[in-house]
Amino acid sequence: MIKLQLPLKKEEIARLRAGDEVLLTGPVYTGRDAAHKRLTEAMARGEELPVDLRGQVIYYVGPAPAKPGQPIGPAGPTTSYRMDPYTPALLDAGMVGMIGKGRRTEPVREAIVRNGAVYFITIGGAAALIADSIRSKEPVCYEDLGTEAVCRLEVEDFYAIVGIDSLGNSLL
Amino acid sequence: MRELHVNEVRAAVARMVIDANCCIGEGMLTCLEQCRDREEKTLSRNVLDMIVRNDRLAEERMVAMCQDTGMAVFRVQVGQEIHFVGGSLDQAIHDGTAQGYEEGYLRKSVVGEPLFDRVNTRNNTPAVIYYEFVPGDQLHITFAPKGFGSENMSVVKMLKPADGVDGVLNFVVEAVKNAGPNPCPPIVVGVGIGGTFEKAAQLSKFALMRDVGSHNEDPRYAALEDELMERINALAIGPAGLGGKTTALGVHVEWFPTHIAGLPVAVNLCCHAYRHSSVTL
Repeated sequence: MIKLQLPLKKEEIARLRAGDEVLLTGPVYTGRDAAHKRLTEAMARGEELPVDLRGQVIYYVGPAPAKPGQPIGPAGPTTSYRMDPYTPALLDAGMVGMIGKGRRTEPVREAIVRNGAVYFITIGGAAALIADSIRSKEPVCYEDLGTEAVCRLEVEDFYAIVGIDSLGNSLL
Repeated sequence: MRELHVNEVRAAVARMVIDANCCIGEGMLTCLEQCRDREEKTLSRNVLDMIVRNDRLAEERMVAMCQDTGMAVFRVQVGQEIHFVGGSLDQAIHDGTAQGYEEGYLRKSVVGEPLFDRVNTRNNTPAVIYYEFVPGDQLHITFAPKGFGSENMSVVKMLKPADGVDGVLNFVVEAVKNAGPNPCPPIVVGVGIGGTFEKAAQLSKFALMRDVGSHNEDPRYAALEDELMERINALAIGPAGLGGKTTALGVHVEWFPTHIAGLPVAVNLCCHAYRHSSVTL
């Protein structure tokens, strides 16, 4: 098990290999279908983004509501391929990592290699357990999207497996 | 004629919505534990162990086992001797759904229109409701929250009668193979054979409301379930798609008479969060 502090350094990413199990600690940003569409549309129009994803990791998640006193509700990964049409643009703009589940398409794998990035997978359907490794959740933008809003999470010892490493090796 | 107040239906629906999303039940837990203990690869065993721990934790805390608490699907069997009072039965089910998703801290995942606006309705309605009229004066409701990681991997195909048993076997196995790690394996596979285009799909959905690992009462279809189970697990997609012995936890086949020219087959996949609840009023 490799312990990693977020934001990730490029040289740390370069050492990771597909199949490595990691524990992530630090900030990650949530984003899924609707937020990806908005972010990449804003980029295409040349607008400044409401969130700076350079050097950051995005977690494909739409959490369930938090019970009183809890930082977040159940929060497992959603299936990554739906974000594939938007992902290369975000990686080329400086995002360095993604956490999700399932396979990625070839353009995403190529963008990962081109940018020295990494794709982590975590366990779909282990949402209640995963929520225990999330310490806080702050809204960042697109709050009108409800569960699909972009939030900043602070995670601690968040379990993930390297799905695609920076050389393009793929576990799935 | 028995009178049944729709408020009673609404309250029961609200309760069953929360129950199904938080409590997977001992049958599923036992099934997952047995599969975990059979896995030889450490990573696959660990994934199944995480899933078991997750599901127990969810029940203990009464939180959703998966953040995707689904689109609400109901099978409603209405005794024809019931007279509903106090309003609309249909509205009571939608209202109970909204109430359950709110009170249970469940995610609202429904958009009001699918193509242009895609604005979240913020109460997880409307639900998808299938009504049947049955003899008697009881109302039987089964609820299954359907997550879309697995729903998105589901397929319908109109086979030719000449495709026969092999055609059906190959189509179902291919559907699971193509889905790969995406539908959150280990999965339960619902198969609908016969009827019309949409009837086959509905049968495959109802197949996913059966207890995990149960068999069709027709021995030929039960044997088909066993053969599919064996071939699907031989794909070795495994827990979370990381390889292993457990790709499917169950394969359930339902059938219906069909046209002389047709052999419709639908494959509806469900993730390991195989959730439902039912109530008789």
